[in-house]
Amino acid sequence: MVTMDTLLLSRIQFGANISFHILFPTITIALGWVLLFFKLRFNATRDRKWAEAYMFWVKVFALTFALGVVSGITMSFQFGTNWPGFMETVGNVAGPLLAYEVLTAFFLEAVFLGIMLFGASRVPGWLHTLATGLVAFGTTMSAFWILVLNSWMHTPQGYELRDGIVHATDWWAIIFNPSMPYRLGHMLLASGLTVAFLLAGISALRLLMNDRSASVRSTFRVGVILGAVLIPVQILMGDMHGLNTLEHQPQKVAAMEGNWETQGHVPLLLFALPDEAARTNHFEIGIPSLASIILKHDPAGIVPGLNDFVTAEGEVMHPPVAPVFWSFRIMVGVGMLMLLASWTGAFLLWRRGVDAMPRLYLYGMSGLAFSGWIATLAGWYTTEIGRQPWLVQGVLSTKAAVADVPAPMVLTTLLVYLAVYAGLILAYMGVITYMARKAARGEPLPKDERVKGGEAMAVPAE
Amino acid sequence: MFASLDLPFIFAALLGLSILIYVVLDGFDLGVGILFPFATPDDRDTMVASIGPFWDANETWLVLAIGLLLVAFPVAHGAILTQLYLPVAVMLVGLILRGVAFEFRAKAPLKHKRAWDGAFFTGSLMTGLSQGFMLGLYIMGLSYTWWHVGFALITAVFLTVAYSFIGATWLIAKTEGPLQKKAVEWSQGGIWGVVLGMGAISLATPFVSQRIFDKWFGLPQILYLSPLPALSGLLVGLIWWKLRRLPMAGDRFAWVPFAASIALFVLGFAGMAYSFYPFIVPEAITIYEAASAPESLAIILVGTLIVLPTILAYSILSYWIFRGKATPLRYD
Ligand code: HDD
Ligand code: HEM
Ligand code: HEM
Repeated sequence: MVTMDTLLLSRIQFGANISFHILFPTITIALGWVLLFFKLRFNATRDRKWAEAYMFWVKVFALTFALGVVSGITMSFQFGTNWPGFMETVGNVAGPLLAYEVLTAFFLEAVFLGIMLFGASRVPGWLHTLATGLVAFGTTMSAFWILVLNSWMHTPQGYELRDGIVHATDWWAIIFNPSMPYRLGHMLLASGLTVAFLLAGISALRLLMNDRSASVRSTFRVGVILGAVLIPVQILMGDMHGLNTLEHQPQKVAAMEGNWETQGHVPLLLFALPDEAARTNHFEIGIPSLASIILKHDPAGIVPGLNDFVTAEGEVMHPPVAPVFWSFRIMVGVGMLMLLASWTGAFLLWRRGVDAMPRLYLYGMSGLAFSGWIATLAGWYTTEIGRQPWLVQGVLSTKAAVADVPAPMVLTTLLVYLAVYAGLILAYMGVITYMARKAARGEPLPKDERVKGGEAMAVPAE
Repeated sequence: MFASLDLPFIFAALLGLSILIYVVLDGFDLGVGILFPFATPDDRDTMVASIGPFWDANETWLVLAIGLLLVAFPVAHGAILTQLYLPVAVMLVGLILRGVAFEFRAKAPLKHKRAWDGAFFTGSLMTGLSQGFMLGLYIMGLSYTWWHVGFALITAVFLTVAYSFIGATWLIAKTEGPLQKKAVEWSQGGIWGVVLGMGAISLATPFVSQRIFDKWFGLPQILYLSPLPALSGLLVGLIWWKLRRLPMAGDRFAWVPFAASIALFVLGFAGMAYSFYPFIVPEAITIYEAASAPESLAIILVGTLIVLPTILAYSILSYWIFRGKATPLRYD
């Protein structure tokens, strides 16, 4: 029984660590490109507002990046400390992918970050712009490699088993595995949306504090428009992602839809309480046949049900239903909210302009500043819990990979991590709002408080 | 094409190289953090400024090292890290605190700055101590007997002092004025830690196993090995002598202690690598038993050979851009 507890605790610990980690890359991946955009606008127009926008957001970037890096290091040790079976079994595939991430992405980011942050007055302008671009490229490369690995864990191919160990046979097939394009696309868009709402939300907060500077008005506009453009694409991409999953992991889609029996005319459930013991849902509210229409483009389309994934011996080979069902609804719900918010915003901007935005709308947008995080986490929970009981679909089960570390030890570290993470998330959100308030008061950011290390703001060097 | 290559050996060498680079580079970052309590608030800003543009890239060598261990020697990776479960957790929490404190201390409201300074110090200290502890335990063969844990606690302290020493020599090179004078004093104190630490490890290592004992004191070997202690002794003497005279007019020789300490770290590392080869889990698993499939190693090797020189080149570029005495870090 001891190993059972270790398994459960290790899963919670892994889930907690990756959830914490993903928050920050989600922001840096897209924020890097947004910074490059600000920088290029400044180079082209010489308008100070773009420099100010760059100056403010590069600080958010630096802070976010540091959190991304330290939590990422925790991730790389997790494999060894908690999941030795993972590397022993699929190391021949996972290893090279992780190695390429370190070699092509991490060093690129880390080195040019120094130049991007502190080098503007030491290097020519073009080199600083290049460094900004390379950092953005590096974060995107990180996302690429790690999502290749993650997608391969969902839809493995290009390998063969020898004595229970996975050996790579076709790297092309491994990298371009069937779910990779959808997962990468959907994740990059998620990052774009998270940043769009962060930009709009923090700028809305500053507008509410009567900061009417040209740079805030521009970043607000950029945020709202970016959100309005990306969200329909994201919904479309999400739909395609779901169809791809239906093909490769039907049990996951069955759990997402809360559908127990393979049948036609499956309703799209808006609310239900899935009950795995009774193998049915309580209090269903749904739109008739809509799930069949979405998934099969036909009201009578047959959609696979969860009961198909119980073996004759009664072993359950589908994921836990309720968490998948609910996290999927949270993600889609936030997506719909984003659609509403950004299109309303775009409409208002078009009819009234930034200065006449209703206060209610600004309050709403500042409330949504971190909404991308919620959708992203919910989406990942759908994906990852939806893969259970497998770690690598059809190849390696989660319980086969866990380390034989005593449960109390895992519990101790888990509690410590949770405490550190909770503290850091609060500090992070607090400091960003503090920076916004300070900037809104018109204080040039670090209104020299003898802060030398890592801080300063004045006229951009070029 | 790669069939004739000794891939496990090549990867062991790459792994060793990245651990060594990590220990030197992040060693001085951590050392600067460990010295924090001894410095005034103004000095602290300069100290952080001296490592601000580099620390992230320096830490990435640890990620590369753990990555190489993981990809090239998956079996050893699991065996080592599950044995070191708790110290690894301490180190990770330390690295987290240290890394975020860099940013928070400059961005949080001023009244929180002291607390983040504390986090910076605590994080660096936890990292140094836990790495030293792991080093000691690794030398002792990764088992938890009282005697082994006791030895590991000693190496924990010595490695921490050694980090603070290399950090102080870095500050001699990168700062000026009163802070530089203080850094010289710190180095004078720290060199004891290095000498005692290297001494303790050298005394203990040969007694870990008969195999290592023979490797050290067998007849021709002892002759090949003798340059290691001799050179180390010379370097310690050189540092000692220079430290008594620094800082000198025109800032001459300010780089010597730092350069000499790097050489010292390299020698110490070489001695250890010699003793443990070909084992990756001491006295239990050799690099040949632990290595991944050759096809997978080959594909990483190709990338490594192309990318590693590039990484080195742009790292050097970065050190060159931020050469000279540390100036306040500015985002403009
Ligand atoms: C801002 C974030 C965000 C938003 C608004 C949405 N998603 Fe999403 N979704 C993600 C962020 C995300 C994610 C966190 O990035 C996931 C986890 C893994 C992945 O590739 O993307 C994800 C996974 C994910 C999956 C799981 C696929 C699998 O694992 O097999 C499906 C089916 C969808 N999404 C579908 C949608 C639909 C139909 C949306 C319409 C509103 C939607 N997503 C909005
Ligand atoms: C792209 C890289 C990723 C890899 C390689 C990866 C790998 C893994 C592994 C090894 C497990 C098994 C451990 C377990 O069952 O808990 C797991 C589960 C899990 N992962 Fe991921 N993951 C990735 C991304 C994410 C992200 C970004 C999130 C969330 C934000 C996430 C959330 C989870 C959760 C919640 C579980 C637990 C599922 C369960 O045990 O029921 N994963 N993942
Ligand atoms: C098991 C999974 C993961 C591991 C082992 C891991 C590991 C790491 C490590 C070690 C770093 C620090 C790199 C440095 O020193 O600069 C890092 C940063 C980063 N990771 Fe992850 N990571 C994982 C999951 C993910 C996922 C799911 C994504 C995004 C889709 C992601 C995207 C990034 C990005 C963009 C960075 C750059 C730093 C930043 O922007 O904050 N990682 N990761």
